[in-house]
Amino acid sequence: MTAAITFHNISVTMQDTQIINTISGQFPKGQITTLVGPSGAGKTTILKLCNALLSPTDGTIFYNDQELKTYNPLTLRRCVGMALQDAPMIKGSVYDNLNLPRQLQGETLSKDEAIQALQQVGLDAKNIHKKAHDLSGGQRQKLSIARTLINPTDVLLLDEITSALDPHSVTEIEQLIVTMKQRGVTIIWITHNLEQARRIGDYMWLMHRGQLIESGSIHLLETSQNERVQQFMRGELL
Amino acid sequence: MTFTTLAITLAFVCIPLVLSKALNLQLGKDVIIATIRAIVQLLAIGYVLQLIFDQQNVVFSFLMVAIMIAVATLNARKKGAQINGITWKLALSLCVIEAIVMSVLVGFHIVPATAQYIIPLSGMAIGNSMVMSILFLNRFTAEIEAHEQEVELILSLGGTPKQAIHRQLITSIKASMLPTIESQKTIGLVQLPGMMSGQIIAGADPVQAVMFQLLVQFMLLTTASVSSVLLGFLSYRTLFNQKLQIIPEKFTGQ
Repeated sequence: MTAAITFHNISVTMQDTQIINTISGQFPKGQITTLVGPSGAGKTTILKLCNALLSPTDGTIFYNDQELKTYNPLTLRRCVGMALQDAPMIKGSVYDNLNLPRQLQGETLSKDEAIQALQQVGLDAKNIHKKAHDLSGGQRQKLSIARTLINPTDVLLLDEITSALDPHSVTEIEQLIVTMKQRGVTIIWITHNLEQARRIGDYMWLMHRGQLIESGSIHLLETSQNERVQQFMRGELL
Repeated sequence: MTFTTLAITLAFVCIPLVLSKALNLQLGKDVIIATIRAIVQLLAIGYVLQLIFDQQNVVFSFLMVAIMIAVATLNARKKGAQINGITWKLALSLCVIEAIVMSVLVGFHIVPATAQYIIPLSGMAIGNSMVMSILFLNRFTAEIEAHEQEVELILSLGGTPKQAIHRQLITSIKASMLPTIESQKTIGLVQLPGMMSGQIIAGADPVQAVMFQLLVQFMLLTTASVSSVLLGFLSYRTLFNQKLQIIPEKFTGQ
């Protein structure tokens, strides 16, 4: 197993509160790792560390075997893309949002590329001139993923992107993410839906109060002898 | 005007006091403090100005302007407490504005380089600039808090801090400049500016008073734009660290 991202003794302390407590683990390349755990476990912080939106207080993160902090943050963030929970949109049309990653680099996305990006995530091309804020929750999430993928994304970080969606949209997004994986993209997906974690994930990280309780094959969610994993599966780990 | 006639105008202070009492506005203490401060501060400045005008010494004028900048800075900095180095940033903005205004006014011989002109005009420029700075800092802080996700989105997509904060910065600059522009549109129709009215009451030629007022209005447009733009571009960097990350303590939403 080759790791896309490796954490080595990572701790994060913010305003005297320890958010992440000495975590070591790997996110396998080209696989889907689901990040599960109760609220406040530090899952979003893990994604922000991967995207260099945050830096660890202690420890080392490696991206493709090179220390993450040695990368230019701007270059790294274009390769390690992130789709946020609420799918925030900038004011403007669907095209304006798709064009944003290019615009940030002083370039312009062609209309053909924009249509292709929409089709890639299963959005109708006729939405291109719609106001982004007028889209439904599911459409916004798809657009958010399409926008992230405009950059040459190698790792895709997903923060509870299906938590507010209807079952049909959830299925569509899951299919899309599996397709991304088949194209070689490494996926790290925070989800509160255990069924989804098992259905989609190849690997898993279970976190609790800033600690990594268990990591490895997704089957560990059922087979692990770790008492806290069993508690989590019974819904008793708060 | 004599002190006796001035004392009669205190009737204007009694009305808000009565209203405050009748409607339980609990503003009586503030009205009294404001009145006493206005009397003491304005009388003091009146005597100080008389002294400076009599001396005709450039050092006194310079000192007076420096005090104005210091007081304006101390007053405005409370609104931008989370911006590192806000005190020197405000002071620098006010100094730049003063330099621009005086370069044009004195440099082009629009007004003579005497204390009688430099001090009141500096006071208007610095005072307006202070208000603009407070408006800007209030709005900028609110914009950042309200659009934190958007800032984070742009950073996560590989944008620079300047790109991430650009919209909030522009919105705040525009919002702080708008009152000056809007009031200029209705000037003379809705309100007669205090300085112009004062000159007319004191017996000056109304056309001369209008021309001076226009000079002030144009000057205020510069102070409004320069103070918000300068303060904005000096401030936004302090919200991010060298790794191009948001500094969480600066974004109170986190």
